[in-house]
Amino acid sequence: MATMTEIRWHGRAGQGIVTASELLAEAALKEGKFFQAFPEYGPERMGAPIKAYTRISSEPIEVHYQILNPEIVVVVNPNLLGVIDVTEGLAEDGILIVNSPDTPEDIRSKLGLSGKKVRVLVVDATRIALETIRRDIPATLMIGAVIRATGLVRVENTLHLVEEKLGAKLRAEVVQSNVTALRRAHEEVKEG
Amino acid sequence: MVVSTKRALEGAHASAHAMRQINPDVVAAYPITPQTAIVQTYSQYVADGEVDTEFIAVESEHAAMSACIGAAAAGGRVMTATAANGLALMWEELYIAASMRMPIVMSCVNRALSAPLNIHCDHSDSMGARDAGWIHIFSETGQEAYDNTIQAVRIAEHPDLLLPVMVMQDGFITGHAVELVEVADDASVQRFIGSYSPAHSLLDIDHPTTFGAWDLYDYYFEHKRQQTDALSKAMKVILEVGQEFGREFGRPYGAFEPYAMDDAEIAVIVLSSTAGTCRTVIRELRQKGLKVGLLKLRVFRPFPAAELAEALKGVKAVAVLDRSISFGSMQGSGPVFLELCAALYAAGSKTKAINYIYGLGGRDVLPVDVERVIHELKQVADSGEVTSLVSYLGLRE
Repeated sequence: MATMTEIRWHGRAGQGIVTASELLAEAALKEGKFFQAFPEYGPERMGAPIKAYTRISSEPIEVHYQILNPEIVVVVNPNLLGVIDVTEGLAEDGILIVNSPDTPEDIRSKLGLSGKKVRVLVVDATRIALETIRRDIPATLMIGAVIRATGLVRVENTLHLVEEKLGAKLRAEVVQSNVTALRRAHEEVKEG
Repeated sequence: MVVSTKRALEGAHASAHAMRQINPDVVAAYPITPQTAIVQTYSQYVADGEVDTEFIAVESEHAAMSACIGAAAAGGRVMTATAANGLALMWEELYIAASMRMPIVMSCVNRALSAPLNIHCDHSDSMGARDAGWIHIFSETGQEAYDNTIQAVRIAEHPDLLLPVMVMQDGFITGHAVELVEVADDASVQRFIGSYSPAHSLLDIDHPTTFGAWDLYDYYFEHKRQQTDALSKAMKVILEVGQEFGREFGRPYGAFEPYAMDDAEIAVIVLSSTAGTCRTVIRELRQKGLKVGLLKLRVFRPFPAAELAEALKGVKAVAVLDRSISFGSMQGSGPVFLELCAALYAAGSKTKAINYIYGLGGRDVLPVDVERVIHELKQVADSGEVTSLVSYLGLRE
């Protein structure tokens, strides 16, 4: 039985997807699970499309190679849709989670996924980030949507982790706005 | 009593964490991808006053190793880190460090050498330095990079050896990957490494000593003989330290790690991060009844020749996976393969050996690649014939 979940993150360099991929791994650590998080490094130019990966498992992870057939794909920057094939290698019954103001049906038709088995979830993470953190940094919020879609880790544990990590270096209200942002992304994600 | 904490750490940060706990007298280093995370993190520890180290930010790797040699000759516990072209720029000083018997510990986050310019992993950098007289220890994971760094101090400073040690891990693949790393408490690491008081040092002005002397045909040869003797004594020390580390921290280490070798008819030999992928594939093939095993090589210098030949007794065919090419060698094979062939020949072994060059410049190694190796290895074992001595994994041809 497969106990390992593989996740691919799409974003643009400088948006925090590497941090998000690592934060999810650290949330798994809090629950006694095993994990790997690693980015795909190429030419490091701000704004260029980049990928990052997270593996989470109930068993120790020994393999070291890139994730080619993820169960979950997270798209942090909606303007990547149509620029790169975000569904490449995605399992037929996989999960696609997109940061977008559009509806899941819009995303399905845009990517030719209408009638397909793939689960499509959408959350307007950029708007939530602007309303809470007041900055366009939606990457870590997407963890809220991943948790909602998969139950990989518990949302309360992850919120505590965010408090713990940001609390060490940021003011209390900034920490709180990040917690609120992740919680809202968890609540506001729509599936269709 | 060791108190360990489970952390989510990048491999390079695991190495830096070990360095912080070792708290060496001097670190002289120059940043280079993918090792930068080590030097950058360590210089932060220095700036934050978390260590007592004198950090020397030098102008090049040649200067870094020169400063390390000077500091070690002065009697200090000395560490540094590098990769790829940085290691290549140290070349002259690598030999001097080893020949002057300076117990320097260096992290090498393996990366391909230019040209063409490439920042990703292969082993050509440290393999190029394989005859420089250093001890070479490879790490599969960030955990092993952490553990090996701590053990390296004890190995290097052992009075029978006084040899520099290089601790390798795979650039990006583990160096920049966050994985589970169990770190020990500072006091336990300090207790394990102990204090270092060299028998001879430049600063011991009551007992003046000459370092780096002029040495012609009168004594040079004798000194080289002593140097090679020291390396031949190193394996015993490496194994003792690996066992003691196991008793203290719960993770014992040997020269290589066998997996499913007991009744193996075919076997794979590999270094570093690819070992985990191989182990996973072998576990699955074992369930299908294939008698295949793995030898993950940890210590490349000194090369455990007799020990590997012994471990391969009864094995019909072995495949060596090399992440570098020894250009111009027998059919352009890799350095681990050449060493293993020599070991098998010297032991009078009849085991067939084949070589796969893989992963140059960071080319990914997938389970399907490892399956191919094992499939072809089985054919060699069944037929007793080697049709291709050196092959390439995951290469477009």
